[in-house]
Amino acid sequence: MARMKFLCDAERCIECNGCVTACKNENEVPWGVNRRRVVTINDGVIGAEKSISVACMHCSDAPCMAVCPVDCFYRTDDGVVLHDKDLCIGCGYCFYACPFGAPQFPQAGAFGLRGKMDKCTFCAGGPEADRSEAEFKKYGRNRLAEGKLPACAEMCSTKALLGGDGDTIAEIYRQRATTRGKGSEVWGWGTAYGPGKPGAQPPAGAKS
Amino acid sequence: MRRVTLVGAAIIAALFIAGCGESEQVVVYKQGKYQGKPDSRAWENAPLAAEQRGGNWTKGDRASWEAQIKNRQLAQHEHKRIYQ
Repeated sequence: MARMKFLCDAERCIECNGCVTACKNENEVPWGVNRRRVVTINDGVIGAEKSISVACMHCSDAPCMAVCPVDCFYRTDDGVVLHDKDLCIGCGYCFYACPFGAPQFPQAGAFGLRGKMDKCTFCAGGPEADRSEAEFKKYGRNRLAEGKLPACAEMCSTKALLGGDGDTIAEIYRQRATTRGKGSEVWGWGTAYGPGKPGAQPPAGAKS
Repeated sequence: MRRVTLVGAAIIAALFIAGCGESEQVVVYKQGKYQGKPDSRAWENAPLAAEQRGGNWTKGDRASWEAQIKNRQLAQHEHKRIYQ
């Protein structure tokens, strides 16, 4: 059984916000709701700045599911945490429980009323019929039912954001991390121009 | 009177403890529903037409859908996409 997860490689994320845009575009997410966002720590500190793309992490033991008073959440066979907007009362408990701030609440009225919760669905839609207009309007596109992965991960330009079965993407990340090494090897000469041949000399006239 | 107070306290304590409980989050799919919420499963849909660039699997066959998704996942691995 697959367990769908996201994995963001902080060494690669360049804070382009392409994943955020892809999510908004693919799911036609309304203004004020960000299912995905890019978080940067140590912003502006040379060598210490890291960015990471965050959305619902589809927890294996999801706290939002545990605290929901109307029990509107459910988990699919693929480990995707989804919710039923017909049951949601917009109380906001899930927002307080979620360590990632994933649940979002659209401004539903002129006085700032909280609407029904909206969050990343791993592009898996919701309880409505798959790939139907009703499902798209409430939950966004159901890419898993189209044989695709979430738009944010698939279009990530640096492939920092990986999406899919936890074991598979962890293996991709592992191979990547072992190939690039660590420390100065990550962005060093060898990474850029290859390891070269033992004992090779720089070309004549080249400046060091 | 004291017994009534003790029983009352015990009931209140039991209610408080019940508030700390967590419901089971086990995936159960019965009669088209996950934990009471209706939803269909991804592999129960037919693949999209080729011009919509969807995946290719056999409708209703979970293994073929998972193989399709796995291919898609591996396409994120640049070491397997770029000619070395």
